[in-house]
Amino acid sequence: MKRLLIPLLLLASAAPAQDKLPPAPYAYTQLADPAQEGKAQALMLTLRCLQCQGQSIADSDAPIAGDMRNQVRLRIAAGEEPEAIRGWLIERYGDYVSYKPALTSLTWPLFAAPVLLLLLAFALLRRRFGGKGA
Amino acid sequence: MSAPDLKPARWAMWLPLTLFIGFVALFMSGLLRPAEREIKSAMIGKPLPQFDLPAAVADRPGLSSAQMQGGQPRLLNIFASWCVPCAAEAPVLAELAAAGVEIDGVAIRDQRDDLKAFLARNGNPYARIGADDVSAVQFALGSSGVPESFIIDAKGMIRYQHIGEIRADQLPMILAKLKEAQQ
Repeated sequence: MKRLLIPLLLLASAAPAQDKLPPAPYAYTQLADPAQEGKAQALMLTLRCLQCQGQSIADSDAPIAGDMRNQVRLRIAAGEEPEAIRGWLIERYGDYVSYKPALTSLTWPLFAAPVLLLLLAFALLRRRFGGKGA
Repeated sequence: MSAPDLKPARWAMWLPLTLFIGFVALFMSGLLRPAEREIKSAMIGKPLPQFDLPAAVADRPGLSSAQMQGGQPRLLNIFASWCVPCAAEAPVLAELAAAGVEIDGVAIRDQRDDLKAFLARNGNPYARIGADDVSAVQFALGSSGVPESFIIDAKGMIRYQHIGEIRADQLPMILAKLKEAQQ
């Protein structure tokens, strides 16, 4: 029991380090329009939480993730396009904030390499097994 | 197609091993190097985004981007009463304020009473404090945590971002950055 108590106490004392404000209006509240909420959901799944960096803002309960969801929903409700919101965030935090892979001058080898390897494999296989009839 | 050359070159024998060692080296370097956890703002060198925040405490005015122009370069400090390193940073900010630096604060997700108690306990080096209850200004600045400080020059340009608390030994560096921002 004692062994369990200490972590519990630690947990209890760590809690006040978080803020006490209620979550932002649209942190846990969906938009009324299902189409808009769908757009917001899809976008939120591909945005990185700034504090809990392995999670998307749709997955995270961190206060900052709640505030980001609030931003996304407010902007969608105001008629902004999801990709424009993604662009707004990338302008501020860099590509890191987005989970959606982007084709840039830096990332093109990631997309080109599999195609090149497939072509190489095809050429090798053809050299070994094909070509007899040619 | 020419006749198939089934005898690979001698060096090709070592290729798989070389590739394997290469991958192990890559894996180990990724594993052993401490990951970069800080997300730097991409707003450095860009104008301060527009915002207008209400006052967070009774004895200081709120903060708007329009006010942050002209005069000397100033420090925009993102903080919160619930943030432990912010309390550690307070004496350093007090020194900066004593050195004549104008410090404007943005309080993130803060309850008014908590903030009042925090300032009473740690001192209040701020000229103005805006209340950012939904982290909107924080996002606009490309800031991802508390505390963070931005140096804004007289033209309203963001010149420098300091992630984490300003430690006592970093004070001369911050003063140098403020001086640099005068140009």
